[in-house]
Amino acid sequence: MNKIWIIARREFLSRVQKKTFLLTTILLPVVIFGLYGLIIYLSVKSSENYTVAIADNANVFGGKIDSKDDIKFVFVKDESLVQLKEKIAKKELDGYVWVPEDFKPSKGDTISVVSGKTVGLMNREEIQKRINDALENQRLLSSLQISKKQLDSLQKGNEVKFSTTEGKEENDTKVGISYGVGYASGFMIYLVLFIYGTMVMRGVMEEKTNRIAEVIISSVKPFQLMMGKITGIGAVGLVQFIIWVALTVTLRFILPLFVPDMRETANVMNHGANEALQTAKQSGALDNLMHGLSDINFPLIIGCFIFYFLGGYLLYSSLFAAVGSAVNEDPQDAQSLTLPITMPIIFGIVIMSSAINNPTSNLAVFGSLFPLTSPIVMMARIPFGVPNTVPYWQLALSMLFLICGFLCTTWISAKIYRVAILMYGKKPTWKEMWKWAWRKN
Amino acid sequence: MDSILELHNLKKYYATQKAVDDISFNIKQGDIFGLLGPNGAGKTTLLRMITGIFYPDSGSITFDGRPFEPENDIIKIGYMPEERGLYKKMKIGEQALYLAQLKGLSRADAMQKIKFWFKRLEMESWWNKKVEDLSKGMSQKLQFVTTVLHEPKLIILDEPFSGLDPVNANLIKDEIYGLAQRGSTVIFSTHRMEQVEEICDHIVLVNLGKKILDGTVADVKQQFKENKFSIKLAGIPASVEDGAYQIINQQANEFTMKINEGYRSNDVLLHFINQGIGIESFNEILPSLNDIFIQLVDGTKSVTRAFQNLS
Repeated sequence: MNKIWIIARREFLSRVQKKTFLLTTILLPVVIFGLYGLIIYLSVKSSENYTVAIADNANVFGGKIDSKDDIKFVFVKDESLVQLKEKIAKKELDGYVWVPEDFKPSKGDTISVVSGKTVGLMNREEIQKRINDALENQRLLSSLQISKKQLDSLQKGNEVKFSTTEGKEENDTKVGISYGVGYASGFMIYLVLFIYGTMVMRGVMEEKTNRIAEVIISSVKPFQLMMGKITGIGAVGLVQFIIWVALTVTLRFILPLFVPDMRETANVMNHGANEALQTAKQSGALDNLMHGLSDINFPLIIGCFIFYFLGGYLLYSSLFAAVGSAVNEDPQDAQSLTLPITMPIIFGIVIMSSAINNPTSNLAVFGSLFPLTSPIVMMARIPFGVPNTVPYWQLALSMLFLICGFLCTTWISAKIYRVAILMYGKKPTWKEMWKWAWRKN
Repeated sequence: MDSILELHNLKKYYATQKAVDDISFNIKQGDIFGLLGPNGAGKTTLLRMITGIFYPDSGSITFDGRPFEPENDIIKIGYMPEERGLYKKMKIGEQALYLAQLKGLSRADAMQKIKFWFKRLEMESWWNKKVEDLSKGMSQKLQFVTTVLHEPKLIILDEPFSGLDPVNANLIKDEIYGLAQRGSTVIFSTHRMEQVEEICDHIVLVNLGKKILDGTVADVKQQFKENKFSIKLAGIPASVEDGAYQIINQQANEFTMKINEGYRSNDVLLHFINQGIGIESFNEILPSLNDIFIQLVDGTKSVTRAFQNLS
């Protein structure tokens, strides 16, 4: 036991002290969040005023187009095309719309916006929408004698709510959030299994090809060497994960400090009453989101995540260790040998993507109980609610199976490992490895 | 003296071959013991059983007077395998410390011993270097240090001099003598017979998984002597031929001869003395271990056997 600890310590320190560890652990989330922040910042910031002159010779807009934020529509009369172009050249205008006298909106005629320089995507969409809304409004007025607002209120649907028999209200946001959280945690587990599993495999291969395995095995039992490696790398993974969570939480607190500021500046530029309404609506959605998030049992999810992370990791890493021990110098051997191990992980992700849409289906239940896929599939189901979606017995059984599963794979892998780690030359066949696994000492 | 290691009828069979087939021998405490044999003879398997890496299929090992318990006795053994390496990216000092701790030494204890050995072999400046910066000979030296660091009672060295220059080889050789003098027993496995002749007290030769020779170096040579002598005379004798011996080779006044059955060396000397010829030197030619090795191993399927185990 003491020796496993010594080995694990070396495995842990030798990885954590590497520069690449610092880079991937701390820099990566910072860079991702930085980019994310930058995108938000830029999208809010791109509020340059944009003025479009409307020369409505056919009076199709009825003299009114809603201006929004930074896009202004100015109606001009008695100005020739040449004058408009001059104004653009003088930067008094950014663009103009020339509606010919014979323009008929009902006929689907094209309206063209002429601008001095190319219009950005966001502004372009906004201008399109405004012009179309105004045209639609005019069409409704002229043919049905109702305004767009009236039509909207007529078309507005009644709210349809879902709730369970226990009386719990399930709003859409909550299901959406469960979906998101489930997908994210399932996918995280999938990544963890791959990244740390292959890290174990590489470590074992390194020991074998460096010919240090026999030196060490003359001091410790092969099982201790294998478990030490698995423990050490598992600890690296756990530390990395905890740092990521901590960073995410801090950055989430820091980021809004910049963003509301930006939102305010945007609001100041906002003049239409319509916009105030929109903001109110938005904050309502935000409240809803916060409410949905608070409905989700995060301590349970994080607890389960750590359990399935460790369980899944232990289960697969010992298999990866066995494969690593069987590989000789040729990295291509590793590829063909890892395939049977990566298959169940991929099945896991396939079952997960179905389970996330239907978390109580037979397939989802099977996938979350079967130890080779349960870490991925169960993590996708848990955010939908315990015990509503995942009954306690399923959770308990799944955890029990996972523990049995990893004891079983570790036992088999250890037997393959102790033979293969000292075997040089030819790559062993599956048949041979199978024999080693069941051979008595 | 007591035996430090006794092997009793050790057997280890693989699916396609008998790697070690009923081998027994004793090693005395403080001996330098040579384990010889061609490639694929079963030496490595035998050493792996002695170091507790493999369990024998049958037979028993007695270590230091008690049945061998790999778990506890491992700290008393230092094994330098033929296939040996180090962690390339690890610093030399840390590596030595790590390997010593795996042997069961405490950190402080290990540190002290590493410093002692590093100083002794002039390796102090290496501490913060990485293994990948070392030459093959240098890492060999480091491996030797990590093998003997915990002052094991039994030191097993598989081809310890491969890749060492003569200066460093001598350095290591002296250390081996020193360790033996301080009471450690050394098992020495190699193909290089001249080294065995020089260093070893006792040898065992294995081939095809069986022991075919066991004894001290002197005994073995006596056992395989062919009654060959070399004689250097003051002049060329008139009559060279005699019933007592056959001339194998003549170079001017120097003769190599084989004494026939039933005669002794005195008969040869008398033959020349009676002729009144002065004898400048007279020596028995003992076979070298190399000759004995080749004589015993040549013609057996020892080499093809190495390929058979792959099938």
